[in-house]
Amino acid sequence: MRRTIGEIAAFVTSKNAGPFLLTLDIVFPDRATYERFKALKALDPVTIAGLYGVMAEDVLKIIEFDPAYAVKITLRRPLGSGALGESDVYGAQQHVPLMEHAVSWEDT
Amino acid sequence: MSATRTTDHVMTILAPEGMLGYGIPVRSMAEGMKRNPHAIAVDAGSTDPGPYYLGAGVPFTNRRAFKRDLAMILEAARERRIPVLVGSAGGGGGTPHLEWTLDVYREICRERGYRFRTAVIGAEVDKDWLKQQIARGRTSPLDLDSPLTAADVDESVCIVAQMGYEPFMRALDMDAEVIIAGRAYDPAPIGALPMRAGFDPGLVIHMGKILECGGAAAYPRHGSDSLLGFVEESSFIVEPPNPDKVCTVASVAAHTLYEKADPSLLHLPGGAIDLSETTFEQINPRQVRVSGTRYVKAPAYTLKLEGVRRVGYRTLAIAGVRDPILISQIDAYLENIRQRVAETYPDGYRLIFHVYGRDGVMGRLEQVKEIRSHEIGLVIEVVADDPDTSAAVLALARSAGLHVTYPGRKAIAGNLAFPFSPSDIKAGEVYEFNIHHLVVVDDPLELFPIEIVET
Repeated sequence: MRRTIGEIAAFVTSKNAGPFLLTLDIVFPDRATYERFKALKALDPVTIAGLYGVMAEDVLKIIEFDPAYAVKITLRRPLGSGALGESDVYGAQQHVPLMEHAVSWEDT
Repeated sequence: MSATRTTDHVMTILAPEGMLGYGIPVRSMAEGMKRNPHAIAVDAGSTDPGPYYLGAGVPFTNRRAFKRDLAMILEAARERRIPVLVGSAGGGGGTPHLEWTLDVYREICRERGYRFRTAVIGAEVDKDWLKQQIARGRTSPLDLDSPLTAADVDESVCIVAQMGYEPFMRALDMDAEVIIAGRAYDPAPIGALPMRAGFDPGLVIHMGKILECGGAAAYPRHGSDSLLGFVEESSFIVEPPNPDKVCTVASVAAHTLYEKADPSLLHLPGGAIDLSETTFEQINPRQVRVSGTRYVKAPAYTLKLEGVRRVGYRTLAIAGVRDPILISQIDAYLENIRQRVAETYPDGYRLIFHVYGRDGVMGRLEQVKEIRSHEIGLVIEVVADDPDTSAAVLALARSAGLHVTYPGRKAIAGNLAFPFSPSDIKAGEVYEFNIHHLVVVDDPLELFPIEIVET
Protein backbone atom coordinates (compact mmCIF):
# COMPACT_ATOMS: atom_id res chain seq x y z
CA MET A 1 0.00 0.00 0.00
CA ARG A 2 1.00 3.64 -0.12
CA ARG A 3 1.34 6.18 2.65
CA THR A 4 2.10 9.88 2.44
CA ILE A 5 5.29 11.18 4.00
CA GLY A 6 3.07 13.22 6.30
CA GLU A 7 1.49 10.01 7.60
CA ILE A 8 4.86 8.36 8.23
CA ALA A 9 6.90 11.25 9.65
CA ALA A 10 6.63 13.13 12.95
CA PHE A 11 7.32 16.47 11.24
CA VAL A 12 7.46 17.75 7.69
CA THR A 13 8.42 21.40 7.59
CA SER A 14 9.93 24.10 5.39
CA LYS A 15 11.98 27.19 6.17
CA ASN A 16 14.48 29.57 4.64
CA ALA A 17 18.14 28.65 4.89
CA GLY A 18 19.28 32.17 4.19
CA PRO A 19 17.34 34.42 1.78
CA PHE A 20 17.97 32.34 -1.35
CA LEU A 21 17.52 28.74 -0.24
CA LEU A 22 14.52 26.80 0.97
CA THR A 23 15.09 23.80 3.20
CA LEU A 24 12.59 21.00 3.86
CA ASP A 25 12.97 18.76 6.91
CA ILE A 26 11.36 15.36 7.34
CA VAL A 27 11.82 14.12 10.91
CA PHE A 28 10.84 10.53 11.71
CA PRO A 29 9.52 9.43 15.10
CA ASP A 30 12.11 6.71 15.72
CA ARG A 31 15.16 5.01 14.27
CA ALA A 32 13.19 2.06 12.86
CA THR A 33 10.84 4.27 10.84
CA TYR A 34 13.75 6.40 9.69
CA GLU A 35 15.77 3.37 8.56
CA ARG A 36 12.77 1.91 6.73
CA PHE A 37 12.21 5.19 4.93
CA LYS A 38 15.88 5.49 4.01
CA ALA A 39 15.84 1.95 2.60
CA LEU A 40 13.04 2.93 0.19
CA LYS A 41 15.34 5.41 -1.55
CA ALA A 42 12.14 7.25 -2.40
CA LEU A 43 13.54 10.75 -2.74
CA ASP A 44 15.92 11.87 -5.44
CA PRO A 45 16.35 15.26 -7.14
CA VAL A 46 14.06 14.35 -10.06
CA THR A 47 11.23 13.32 -7.71
CA ILE A 48 11.57 16.47 -5.62
CA ALA A 49 11.80 18.63 -8.73
CA GLY A 50 8.55 17.07 -9.96
CA LEU A 51 6.78 17.84 -6.68
CA TYR A 52 7.71 21.51 -6.89
CA GLY A 53 7.80 22.10 -10.64
CA VAL A 54 11.47 23.08 -10.65
CA MET A 55 14.53 21.79 -12.49
CA ALA A 56 16.39 18.88 -10.89
CA GLU A 57 19.54 21.02 -10.67
CA ASP A 58 17.65 23.42 -8.37
CA VAL A 59 17.38 20.57 -5.85
CA LEU A 60 20.74 21.26 -4.29
CA LYS A 61 20.97 18.67 -1.53
CA ILE A 62 19.16 15.65 -0.15
CA ILE A 63 20.81 14.71 3.12
CA GLU A 64 20.09 11.89 5.53
CA PHE A 65 20.96 13.03 9.05
CA ASP A 66 21.11 9.99 11.30
CA PRO A 67 21.41 11.76 14.69
CA ALA A 68 17.98 13.41 14.18
CA TYR A 69 16.30 10.55 12.23
CA ALA A 70 15.80 13.17 9.58
CA VAL A 71 15.99 13.73 5.86
CA LYS A 72 16.72 17.24 4.70
CA ILE A 73 16.16 18.63 1.23
CA THR A 74 17.47 22.00 0.12
CA LEU A 75 16.13 23.81 -2.94
CA ARG A 76 17.08 27.03 -4.62
CA ARG A 77 14.19 29.47 -4.15
CA PRO A 78 12.68 30.70 -7.44
CA LEU A 79 12.78 34.21 -5.93
CA GLY A 80 14.75 35.45 -2.94
CA SER A 81 12.91 36.04 0.34
CA GLY A 82 11.00 39.31 0.07
CA ALA A 83 11.85 39.84 -3.61
CA LEU A 84 9.15 41.34 -5.85
CA GLY A 85 6.44 38.78 -6.60
CA GLU A 86 7.65 36.46 -3.86
CA SER A 87 4.97 34.94 -1.63
CA ASP A 88 6.49 33.45 1.54
CA VAL A 89 9.12 35.60 3.27
CA TYR A 90 9.98 32.97 5.91
CA GLY A 91 9.50 30.02 3.55
CA ALA A 92 7.42 28.34 6.25
CA GLN A 93 4.47 27.11 4.11
CA GLN A 94 6.22 25.29 1.26
CA HIS A 95 6.13 21.82 2.78
CA VAL A 96 2.80 20.47 1.48
CA PRO A 97 3.85 18.82 -1.83
CA LEU A 98 6.46 16.85 0.12
CA MET A 99 4.06 16.06 2.98
CA GLU A 100 1.44 14.75 0.54
CA HIS A 101 3.90 12.71 -1.50
CA ALA A 102 2.98 9.01 -1.21
CA VAL A 103 5.54 6.23 -1.03
CA SER A 104 5.27 2.46 -0.92
CA TRP A 105 4.73 1.60 2.76
CA GLU A 106 3.27 -1.44 4.51
CA ASP A 107 1.89 -0.72 7.98
CA THR A 108 3.54 -2.95 10.58
CA MET B 1 33.26 39.52 37.52
CA SER B 2 33.27 35.87 36.55
CA ALA B 3 34.43 36.36 32.96
CA THR B 4 37.84 34.76 33.38
CA ARG B 5 37.09 31.75 35.58
CA THR B 6 39.16 29.38 33.46
CA THR B 7 39.40 26.70 36.15
CA ASP B 8 35.68 25.96 36.17
CA HIS B 9 34.80 22.47 35.01
CA VAL B 10 31.43 23.64 33.81
CA MET B 11 30.40 26.94 32.31
CA THR B 12 26.71 27.76 32.25
CA ILE B 13 25.09 30.10 29.75
CA LEU B 14 21.48 31.26 29.87
CA ALA B 15 19.81 32.17 26.59
CA PRO B 16 16.63 33.81 27.90
CA GLU B 17 14.90 33.72 24.49
CA GLY B 18 15.55 33.06 20.84
CA MET B 19 14.97 36.63 19.73
CA LEU B 20 15.40 39.62 22.00
CA GLY B 21 11.98 41.24 22.25
CA TYR B 22 9.79 38.20 21.58
CA GLY B 23 8.87 37.92 25.28
CA ILE B 24 10.88 36.21 28.05
CA PRO B 25 8.64 34.12 30.34
CA VAL B 26 9.18 35.43 33.90
CA ARG B 27 9.29 31.98 35.44
CA SER B 28 11.83 30.67 32.91
CA MET B 29 14.12 33.62 33.58
CA ALA B 30 13.88 33.09 37.35
CA GLU B 31 14.48 29.32 37.08
CA GLY B 32 17.36 29.94 34.69
CA MET B 33 19.04 32.38 37.10
CA LYS B 34 18.76 29.82 39.92
CA ARG B 35 21.27 27.70 37.99
CA ASN B 36 23.93 30.39 38.43
CA PRO B 37 24.78 31.12 34.80
CA HIS B 38 28.16 32.67 34.02
CA ALA B 39 26.58 34.89 31.34
CA ILE B 40 23.28 35.83 29.79
CA ALA B 41 23.50 35.88 26.02
CA VAL B 42 20.90 36.52 23.39
CA ASP B 43 20.58 36.82 19.64
CA ALA B 44 18.56 39.82 18.48
CA GLY B 45 18.66 39.50 14.71
CA SER B 46 17.90 37.52 11.60
CA THR B 47 17.44 37.89 7.86
CA ASP B 48 14.27 35.81 8.16
CA PRO B 49 11.79 38.70 8.32
CA GLY B 50 13.03 39.73 4.90
CA PRO B 51 15.07 42.57 3.41
CA TYR B 52 12.98 45.53 4.56
CA TYR B 53 14.37 45.95 8.07
CA LEU B 54 18.01 46.07 7.09
CA GLY B 55 17.20 48.52 4.29
CA ALA B 56 14.92 50.85 6.23
CA GLY B 57 17.15 50.80 9.31
CA VAL B 58 14.34 49.74 11.63
CA PRO B 59 13.92 46.79 14.00
CA PHE B 60 11.39 44.01 13.43
CA THR B 61 10.65 43.72 17.13
CA ASN B 62 8.32 45.99 19.02
CA ARG B 63 10.11 48.67 21.10
CA ARG B 64 8.00 48.16 24.22
CA ALA B 65 8.48 44.39 24.16
CA PHE B 66 12.19 44.77 23.44
CA LYS B 67 12.63 47.19 26.34
CA ARG B 68 10.79 44.89 28.74
CA ASP B 69 12.99 41.91 27.82
CA LEU B 70 16.27 43.83 27.87
CA ALA B 71 15.41 45.38 31.25
CA MET B 72 14.67 41.91 32.65
CA ILE B 73 18.06 40.65 31.45
CA LEU B 74 19.96 43.67 32.79
CA GLU B 75 18.28 43.41 36.19
CA ALA B 76 19.20 39.73 36.53
CA ALA B 77 22.78 40.27 35.33
CA ARG B 78 23.33 43.23 37.63
CA GLU B 79 22.28 41.23 40.66
CA ARG B 80 24.78 38.45 39.90
CA ARG B 81 27.52 40.58 38.36
CA ILE B 82 27.60 38.47 35.20
CA PRO B 83 28.08 39.74 31.66
CA VAL B 84 25.31 40.31 29.13
CA LEU B 85 26.05 39.69 25.46
CA VAL B 86 23.66 40.81 22.71
CA GLY B 87 24.30 39.96 19.06
CA SER B 88 22.74 41.42 15.88
CA ALA B 89 21.27 44.35 17.78
CA GLY B 90 18.05 45.77 16.40
CA GLY B 91 17.52 42.87 14.01
CA GLY B 92 19.56 43.90 10.99
CA GLY B 93 22.67 44.71 13.00
CA GLY B 94 23.58 47.83 10.98
CA THR B 95 24.43 51.22 12.46
CA PRO B 96 20.81 52.50 12.74
CA HIS B 97 19.79 49.21 14.39
CA LEU B 98 22.64 49.51 16.87
CA GLU B 99 21.66 53.10 17.64
CA TRP B 100 18.04 52.10 18.19
CA THR B 101 19.14 49.39 20.60
CA LEU B 102 21.43 51.79 22.47
CA ASP B 103 18.61 54.29 22.75
CA VAL B 104 16.41 51.70 24.48
CA TYR B 105 19.35 50.49 26.57
CA ARG B 106 20.25 54.00 27.77
CA GLU B 107 16.60 54.67 28.60
CA ILE B 108 16.49 51.58 30.83
CA CYS B 109 19.77 52.51 32.53
CA ARG B 110 18.60 56.08 33.09
CA GLU B 111 15.24 55.05 34.51
CA ARG B 112 16.72 52.43 36.83
CA GLY B 113 20.00 54.11 37.68
CA TYR B 114 22.08 51.28 36.20
CA ARG B 115 25.72 51.79 35.31
CA PHE B 116 27.49 49.17 33.24
CA ARG B 117 30.82 49.22 31.49
CA THR B 118 29.38 48.80 27.99
CA ALA B 119 31.05 47.72 24.77
CA VAL B 120 29.38 48.67 21.50
CA ILE B 121 30.56 46.77 18.41
CA GLY B 122 29.74 48.06 14.93
CA ALA B 123 29.15 45.71 11.98
CA GLU B 124 28.34 47.95 9.02
CA VAL B 125 30.72 47.56 6.09
CA ASP B 126 32.38 50.52 4.40
CA LYS B 127 31.54 50.50 0.68
CA ASP B 128 34.97 51.68 -0.50
CA TRP B 129 36.68 49.01 1.55
CA LEU B 130 34.38 46.35 0.11
CA LYS B 131 34.99 47.49 -3.47
CA GLN B 132 38.73 47.20 -2.82
CA GLN B 133 38.19 43.63 -1.65
CA ILE B 134 36.24 42.84 -4.84
CA ALA B 135 39.15 44.22 -6.88
CA ARG B 136 41.55 42.03 -4.88
CA GLY B 137 39.47 38.93 -5.56
CA ARG B 138 38.64 38.48 -1.86
CA THR B 139 34.85 38.10 -2.26
CA SER B 140 32.87 35.07 -3.42
CA PRO B 141 29.17 34.18 -3.82
CA LEU B 142 27.39 32.18 -1.15
CA ASP B 143 24.01 30.87 -2.36
CA LEU B 144 23.79 33.15 -5.37
CA ASP B 145 25.56 32.25 -8.57
CA SER B 146 26.70 35.74 -9.39
CA PRO B 147 29.92 37.21 -8.02
CA LEU B 148 29.77 40.44 -6.06
CA THR B 149 30.28 43.56 -8.19
CA ALA B 150 31.10 47.16 -7.38
CA ALA B 151 27.66 48.05 -8.81
CA ASP B 152 25.97 45.77 -6.24
CA VAL B 153 27.88 47.58 -3.50
CA ASP B 154 26.93 51.01 -4.86
CA GLU B 155 23.25 50.04 -5.14
CA SER B 156 23.09 48.62 -1.64
CA VAL B 157 21.66 50.91 1.04
CA CYS B 158 23.08 48.97 3.97
CA ILE B 159 25.77 46.27 4.08
CA VAL B 160 26.64 44.36 7.23
CA ALA B 161 29.10 41.58 7.97
CA GLN B 162 28.41 38.82 10.49
CA MET B 163 31.11 39.04 13.15
CA GLY B 164 32.51 35.90 14.71
CA TYR B 165 33.56 35.20 18.32
CA GLU B 166 36.67 37.39 18.32
CA PRO B 167 35.04 40.85 18.70
CA PHE B 168 32.96 39.60 21.67
CA MET B 169 36.04 38.03 23.26
CA ARG B 170 38.00 41.24 22.78
CA ALA B 171 35.19 43.23 24.41
CA LEU B 172 35.30 40.81 27.37
CA ASP B 173 39.08 41.40 27.53
CA MET B 174 38.23 45.09 27.85
CA ASP B 175 36.17 44.20 30.97
CA ALA B 176 32.85 44.96 29.33
CA GLU B 177 29.87 44.03 31.51
CA VAL B 178 27.35 44.56 28.72
CA ILE B 179 28.21 43.95 25.06
CA ILE B 180 25.83 45.26 22.42
CA ALA B 181 26.98 44.15 19.01
CA GLY B 182 25.80 44.74 15.46
CA ARG B 183 25.29 41.88 13.01
CA ALA B 184 26.86 38.73 14.42
CA TYR B 185 26.97 35.03 13.73
CA ASP B 186 23.99 34.01 15.88
CA PRO B 187 25.86 31.62 18.22
CA ALA B 188 28.80 34.04 18.77
CA PRO B 189 27.43 36.02 21.74
CA ILE B 190 26.35 32.77 23.40
CA GLY B 191 29.74 31.09 23.08
CA ALA B 192 32.12 34.03 23.52
CA LEU B 193 32.65 33.57 27.26
CA PRO B 194 33.30 29.78 27.20
CA MET B 195 35.37 30.13 24.02
CA ARG B 196 37.55 32.71 25.76
CA ALA B 197 37.81 30.43 28.80
CA GLY B 198 39.30 27.70 26.64
CA PHE B 199 36.44 25.23 26.25
CA ASP B 200 36.43 23.05 23.12
CA PRO B 201 35.41 25.27 20.17
CA GLY B 202 33.37 22.53 18.45
CA LEU B 203 31.25 22.06 21.57
CA VAL B 204 30.96 25.78 22.29
CA ILE B 205 29.83 26.53 18.74
CA HIS B 206 27.34 23.67 18.61
CA MET B 207 25.90 24.67 21.99
CA GLY B 208 25.51 28.22 20.69
CA LYS B 209 23.72 26.96 17.60
CA ILE B 210 21.15 25.30 19.81
CA LEU B 211 20.85 28.09 22.37
CA GLU B 212 20.57 30.92 19.84
CA CYS B 213 16.93 30.00 19.24
CA GLY B 214 16.24 29.84 22.97
CA GLY B 215 13.56 27.35 23.98
CA ALA B 216 12.92 26.29 20.37
CA ALA B 217 15.01 23.17 21.00
CA ALA B 218 12.68 22.05 23.82
CA TYR B 219 9.24 20.44 23.62
CA PRO B 220 6.45 21.38 23.64
CA ARG B 221 7.60 23.92 21.15
CA HIS B 222 5.37 26.92 21.58
CA GLY B 223 6.00 30.52 22.52
CA SER B 224 9.24 32.34 23.15
CA ASP B 225 11.23 30.67 25.92
CA SER B 226 14.65 30.17 27.51
CA LEU B 227 17.33 27.50 27.30
CA LEU B 228 20.32 26.69 29.51
CA GLY B 229 23.59 25.32 28.20
CA PHE B 230 26.26 23.71 30.40
CA VAL B 231 29.55 23.21 28.61
CA GLU B 232 32.09 20.79 30.07
CA GLU B 233 35.43 19.41 28.92
CA SER B 234 34.16 16.86 26.39
CA SER B 235 30.42 17.48 26.06
CA PHE B 236 27.68 19.97 26.72
CA ILE B 237 24.20 19.62 28.19
CA VAL B 238 21.09 21.57 27.29
CA GLU B 239 18.02 21.95 29.47
CA PRO B 240 14.97 24.21 29.43
CA PRO B 241 14.58 26.19 32.67
CA ASN B 242 10.80 26.11 32.11
CA PRO B 243 9.73 23.10 34.25
CA ASP B 244 6.87 22.35 31.84
CA LYS B 245 9.25 21.69 28.97
CA VAL B 246 11.85 19.04 28.22
CA CYS B 247 14.80 18.62 25.92
CA THR B 248 14.71 15.30 24.12
CA VAL B 249 17.18 13.78 21.70
CA ALA B 250 14.61 14.41 18.97
CA SER B 251 13.99 18.04 19.96
CA VAL B 252 17.69 18.88 20.14
CA ALA B 253 18.80 16.90 17.09
CA ALA B 254 15.92 18.25 15.02
CA HIS B 255 16.87 21.77 16.01
CA THR B 256 20.37 21.17 14.70
CA LEU B 257 18.75 20.85 11.26
CA TYR B 258 16.75 24.02 11.56
CA GLU B 259 17.32 26.67 8.89
CA LYS B 260 20.47 24.94 7.68
CA ALA B 261 21.16 23.66 4.18
CA ASP B 262 23.49 20.87 5.36
CA PRO B 263 23.47 19.79 9.02
CA SER B 264 26.67 17.73 8.84
CA LEU B 265 29.02 20.65 8.26
CA LEU B 266 28.01 24.08 9.52
CA HIS B 267 30.13 27.01 8.42
CA LEU B 268 30.94 30.01 10.57
CA PRO B 269 33.41 32.88 10.50
CA GLY B 270 36.87 31.31 10.32
CA GLY B 271 35.81 27.66 10.16
CA ALA B 272 33.08 25.07 10.44
CA ILE B 273 31.75 22.46 12.81
CA ASP B 274 31.58 18.85 11.70
CA LEU B 275 28.58 16.98 13.12
CA SER B 276 29.22 13.65 11.41
CA GLU B 277 30.39 12.09 14.71
CA THR B 278 27.99 13.99 16.97
CA THR B 279 25.96 11.99 19.47
CA PHE B 280 22.88 13.09 21.40
CA GLU B 281 22.16 11.32 24.68
CA GLN B 282 19.12 11.58 26.95
CA ILE B 283 20.68 11.69 30.42
CA ASN B 284 17.43 12.32 32.28
CA PRO B 285 13.90 13.28 31.23
CA ARG B 286 14.77 16.96 30.81
CA GLN B 287 18.42 17.08 29.73
CA VAL B 288 20.29 16.05 26.59
CA ARG B 289 24.06 15.63 26.44
CA VAL B 290 25.79 16.39 23.14
CA SER B 291 29.31 15.29 22.31
CA GLY B 292 31.54 14.53 19.36
CA THR B 293 31.07 17.78 17.42
CA ARG B 294 34.42 18.85 16.00
CA TYR B 295 35.71 22.27 15.05
CA VAL B 296 37.43 22.52 11.68
CA LYS B 297 39.51 25.62 11.14
CA ALA B 298 39.21 27.13 7.67
CA PRO B 299 42.35 27.97 5.67
CA ALA B 300 41.13 31.58 5.37
CA TYR B 301 38.97 33.65 7.71
CA THR B 302 35.78 34.49 5.84
CA LEU B 303 32.85 36.65 6.90
CA LYS B 304 29.32 36.56 5.57
CA LEU B 305 28.05 39.80 4.03
CA GLU B 306 24.41 40.84 3.82
CA GLY B 307 23.16 43.80 1.84
CA VAL B 308 19.91 45.12 0.43
CA ARG B 309 18.98 47.52 -2.33
CA ARG B 310 15.82 49.60 -2.63
CA VAL B 311 13.55 48.56 -5.48
CA GLY B 312 10.76 51.12 -5.06
CA TYR B 313 7.62 51.96 -3.12
CA ARG B 314 4.69 49.63 -2.56
CA THR B 315 0.96 50.32 -2.50
CA LEU B 316 -1.52 47.46 -2.13
CA ALA B 317 -5.20 46.67 -1.87
CA ILE B 318 -6.86 43.57 -0.42
CA ALA B 319 -10.11 42.25 -1.87
CA GLY B 320 -12.19 39.08 -2.05
CA VAL B 321 -14.07 37.44 -4.90
CA ARG B 322 -17.11 35.20 -4.23
CA ASP B 323 -18.72 35.10 -7.68
CA PRO B 324 -18.20 31.65 -9.31
CA ILE B 325 -18.59 33.07 -12.81
CA LEU B 326 -15.71 35.44 -12.20
CA ILE B 327 -13.59 32.85 -10.34
CA SER B 328 -13.91 30.49 -13.32
CA GLN B 329 -12.19 33.07 -15.56
CA ILE B 330 -9.92 34.78 -13.03
CA ASP B 331 -6.82 34.78 -15.23
CA ALA B 332 -8.55 36.54 -18.12
CA TYR B 333 -10.09 39.01 -15.66
CA LEU B 334 -6.70 39.88 -14.13
CA GLU B 335 -5.16 40.24 -17.59
CA ASN B 336 -7.97 42.60 -18.49
CA ILE B 337 -7.14 44.77 -15.46
CA ARG B 338 -3.47 44.71 -16.43
CA GLN B 339 -4.33 45.96 -19.94
CA ARG B 340 -6.63 48.69 -18.66
CA VAL B 341 -3.86 49.97 -16.40
CA ALA B 342 -1.29 49.80 -19.21
CA GLU B 343 -3.43 52.03 -21.40
CA THR B 344 -2.87 54.86 -18.91
CA TYR B 345 0.48 53.83 -17.42
CA PRO B 346 2.48 51.90 -20.04
CA ASP B 347 5.58 51.25 -17.90
CA GLY B 348 7.61 52.28 -14.86
CA TYR B 349 5.99 49.99 -12.32
CA ARG B 350 5.34 46.35 -11.41
CA LEU B 351 1.71 45.25 -11.01
CA ILE B 352 1.47 41.93 -9.15
CA PHE B 353 -1.66 39.93 -8.30
CA HIS B 354 -1.44 37.53 -5.36
CA VAL B 355 -4.35 35.12 -5.81
CA TYR B 356 -5.11 33.36 -2.51
CA GLY B 357 -7.15 30.24 -3.12
CA ARG B 358 -5.06 29.49 -6.20
CA ASP B 359 -1.29 30.01 -5.75
CA GLY B 360 -1.03 32.90 -3.32
CA VAL B 361 1.14 30.91 -0.90
CA MET B 362 3.43 28.93 -3.17
CA GLY B 363 3.58 31.05 -6.33
CA ARG B 364 5.48 29.29 -9.06
CA LEU B 365 6.17 26.28 -6.81
CA GLU B 366 2.42 25.51 -6.66
CA GLN B 367 1.50 22.38 -8.61
CA VAL B 368 -2.25 22.43 -7.88
CA LYS B 369 -3.52 24.26 -10.92
CA GLU B 370 -7.30 24.33 -10.45
CA ILE B 371 -9.12 26.54 -7.95
CA ARG B 372 -10.95 24.36 -5.40
CA SER B 373 -12.33 27.13 -3.20
CA HIS B 374 -15.69 28.88 -3.39
CA GLU B 375 -13.97 32.21 -2.77
CA ILE B 376 -10.56 33.68 -3.45
CA GLY B 377 -8.56 36.45 -1.87
CA LEU B 378 -6.76 39.00 -4.01
CA VAL B 379 -3.86 41.18 -3.02
CA ILE B 380 -3.23 43.76 -5.71
CA GLU B 381 0.29 45.11 -5.39
CA VAL B 382 2.09 47.91 -7.22
CA VAL B 383 5.76 48.76 -6.81
CA ALA B 384 7.07 51.88 -8.55
CA ASP B 385 10.10 54.16 -8.28
CA ASP B 386 8.24 56.83 -6.37
CA PRO B 387 5.33 56.66 -3.90
CA ASP B 388 2.98 58.82 -6.00
CA THR B 389 3.28 56.67 -9.11
CA SER B 390 2.82 53.59 -6.96
CA ALA B 391 -0.40 55.00 -5.45
CA ALA B 392 -1.74 56.21 -8.81
CA VAL B 393 -1.22 52.86 -10.57
CA LEU B 394 -2.72 50.93 -7.67
CA ALA B 395 -5.76 53.22 -7.58
CA LEU B 396 -6.41 52.56 -11.24
CA ALA B 397 -5.87 48.81 -10.88
CA ARG B 398 -8.25 48.74 -7.92
CA SER B 399 -11.02 50.69 -9.68
CA ALA B 400 -10.57 48.72 -12.91
CA GLY B 401 -10.72 45.52 -10.86
CA LEU B 402 -13.99 46.62 -9.32
CA HIS B 403 -15.67 47.56 -12.56
CA VAL B 404 -14.28 45.72 -15.61
CA THR B 405 -16.77 43.41 -17.24
CA TYR B 406 -16.31 39.78 -18.25
CA PRO B 407 -18.33 37.23 -20.23
CA GLY B 408 -21.51 36.09 -18.46
CA ARG B 409 -21.29 38.76 -15.76
CA LYS B 410 -24.42 39.01 -13.57
CA ALA B 411 -23.01 41.15 -10.73
CA ILE B 412 -22.76 44.39 -12.65
CA ALA B 413 -22.44 46.62 -9.56
CA GLY B 414 -18.91 45.44 -8.72
CA ASN B 415 -16.45 42.54 -8.83
CA LEU B 416 -14.59 42.88 -5.56
CA ALA B 417 -15.36 42.81 -1.82
CA PHE B 418 -12.98 45.18 -0.01
CA PRO B 419 -12.68 44.49 3.72
CA PHE B 420 -11.28 47.94 4.48
CA SER B 421 -11.90 51.59 3.80
CA PRO B 422 -9.57 53.05 2.66
CA SER B 423 -8.88 50.17 0.32
CA ASP B 424 -5.45 51.38 -0.79
CA ILE B 425 -2.62 50.83 1.68
CA LYS B 426 0.71 52.59 1.35
CA ALA B 427 3.27 49.97 2.39
CA GLY B 428 6.35 52.17 2.03
CA GLU B 429 9.78 51.35 0.72
CA VAL B 430 10.53 47.95 -0.80
CA TYR B 431 13.95 46.35 -0.60
CA GLU B 432 15.50 43.15 -1.82
CA PHE B 433 18.61 41.24 -0.81
CA ASN B 434 21.32 41.92 -3.37
CA ILE B 435 24.39 40.93 -1.35
CA HIS B 436 24.75 37.51 0.21
CA HIS B 437 28.44 36.84 -0.26
CA LEU B 438 31.64 36.00 1.58
CA VAL B 439 34.71 38.16 2.08
CA VAL B 440 38.12 37.03 3.27
CA VAL B 441 39.76 39.12 6.00
CA ASP B 442 43.22 38.96 7.57
CA ASP B 443 42.00 39.98 11.00
CA PRO B 444 38.67 38.81 12.48
CA LEU B 445 38.42 42.17 14.27
CA GLU B 446 39.14 44.53 11.39
CA LEU B 447 35.55 45.22 10.34
CA PHE B 448 34.14 45.53 13.83
CA PRO B 449 35.10 48.65 15.80
CA ILE B 450 34.69 48.24 19.56
CA GLU B 451 33.86 51.30 21.59
CA ILE B 452 33.52 51.46 25.36
CA VAL B 453 30.72 53.75 26.47
CA GLU B 454 29.48 54.58 29.95
CA THR B 455 25.79 54.53 30.73
